[in-house]
Amino acid sequence: MSRFIAFAKGLPLSGRIGLGLVLFWLAAALLGPLFAPHPVGAFVDYDVFSGFSARFLLGSDYLGRDVLSRLLWGARYTVFLGVGAALLACAIGTSLALTAAVRGGWVDEVLSRAMDTLISIPSKIFALVMVAAFGSSLGLLLTITAITYVPGNFRIARALAVNVVSLDFVTVARARGEGGLHIALREVLPNMIHPLLADFGLRFVFIVLLLSGLSFLGLGVQPPHADLGSLVRENISGLTDGAPAIIVPALAIATLTVGANLLIDALKPAEKQG
Amino acid sequence: MAGSVAPRSALSGVLPLLAKRIGSALITLLLVSVVVFTISGLLPGDAAQETLGQSATAEQVAALRHEMGLDRPALTRYATWLGGMLQGDPGQSLVANMPVRDVIAERLPNSLMLAAFTALVSVPLALAIGIVSAINRGGRLDRTLNVLTLSAVAVPEFLVATLGVLVFSVKLLWLPSIALVSEEASLWDTMRSCALPVLSLAVVVVAQMARMTRAAVADQLDRPYVEMARLKGVPFRRVVMAHVMPNAVGPIVNAVALSLSYLLGGAIIVETIFNFPGLASLMVNAVTSRDMPLLQACAMIFCGIYLALVLVADVVAILANPRLRAQ
Repeated sequence: MSRFIAFAKGLPLSGRIGLGLVLFWLAAALLGPLFAPHPVGAFVDYDVFSGFSARFLLGSDYLGRDVLSRLLWGARYTVFLGVGAALLACAIGTSLALTAAVRGGWVDEVLSRAMDTLISIPSKIFALVMVAAFGSSLGLLLTITAITYVPGNFRIARALAVNVVSLDFVTVARARGEGGLHIALREVLPNMIHPLLADFGLRFVFIVLLLSGLSFLGLGVQPPHADLGSLVRENISGLTDGAPAIIVPALAIATLTVGANLLIDALKPAEKQG
Repeated sequence: MAGSVAPRSALSGVLPLLAKRIGSALITLLLVSVVVFTISGLLPGDAAQETLGQSATAEQVAALRHEMGLDRPALTRYATWLGGMLQGDPGQSLVANMPVRDVIAERLPNSLMLAAFTALVSVPLALAIGIVSAINRGGRLDRTLNVLTLSAVAVPEFLVATLGVLVFSVKLLWLPSIALVSEEASLWDTMRSCALPVLSLAVVVVAQMARMTRAAVADQLDRPYVEMARLKGVPFRRVVMAHVMPNAVGPIVNAVALSLSYLLGGAIIVETIFNFPGLASLMVNAVTSRDMPLLQACAMIFCGIYLALVLVADVVAILANPRLRAQ
């Protein structure tokens, strides 16, 4: 705990704000539903699109449901799908990158060419084509958003891994007769873990934005489930009233992604501020 | 190689390199078309079965499969599809029931206009922000702008769009909240209805472009020639305008071309929100209605534009590199 405080104190102000926002949304996703004042689908207000009030802290939505409760549940979908897809993207991307770097030769050639092709498809277009082809259940969304960002992670991880593979201790390990798997996981991976974590954070931001965008278009998380993007979509008719029901979920997504971005930037080595 | 080309013009060293880049971009586009066709044409189930529904008899399905050409081998289907694309005839839109070419021809100019307006607004603004923060590196202004642009790149387009509508259409009543674009509308009306879409698109693009511009100019400021000029006593203003900017033009144009590719993703959300009759909202409709020929054509156009922008960025980087020009 004291190490964590020391870590937080070492960050610039923007980084501390980012850390606070990220922790807040993680906590909201984990524990939020426990604090939800109303059941997520319950019609509790006779008025629709009501404003902030003591009874409904964030007002009510287009069907008279409590926005705060729906927001807390929605955050769970957004954060968990985002973390899950980012983990999956990084796991696949980094495994392929390690394979390419350690094996080299035609394996590297083929993998790099394939990833270069995939990275030339703008991510939202790629995701839309996959959604059109396969649909958008929760599992599919997780997979689709993950696959969309595999090539980006591959490119970063391969560049890192190729650098490590050319170092002496890898040559020594090869001479010792270690297998490819050992070299990849024990020798190379530990030496690129920090930049990889930063890349994981970036993938998370991209994936949350993509997922919310898809849900906003009605192509992402489908009812009865609702993530933050779906909340913005379903309340779009409240825009002319300036209802909190539409502004609050949109702000929620922005605070999560902006927070994560500020945190990642603050963790970067300071050299570029030269 | 040396001496084989008589006139050692600036271009002779660059031309083969350019040809290689263009060739490589074309190959990538071909591979992209394989990916798009595989995902949207081969992997999803049977389009014939889906069109006819559960109650169709096996003969009906088989007949429609034959009519749609689904019973032919995958490679033949891909070749036919690619041939159609290359001839500018990607087939019949299933939902609109008219040729995909006509549907797209109606929408593409609108999207290009939106992109042009956005570029017109964002490029000068982004360059100003990027150059100002590079010059004030490490200062308070730079740090503030850094946090602002860093935040802006992570803001979802629909937040900017909804806040824009709330402020300018609902509260102030200055601008329409729906983009009506038609032949009859005057230029002023068109500009008014494009204002909010352009604003929503510009926020992310400006932030991205400003960050890349700052990096490009900051990189030049670190070079020894800048230190040399300053030690000579050249005023800083002059160092920036006369020494740094000519060298930074290449990297900046590169940054501009790359950042403009962010327009493609943003347009999908923004056109849908404002009911803007462009290519991106057309593509979203194609996904919703599973209109595959239309979807494939839209996807290929977007990928083509994206690759073209990356290619332009690449070419500019080559042309701007004095070591390559001098060869």
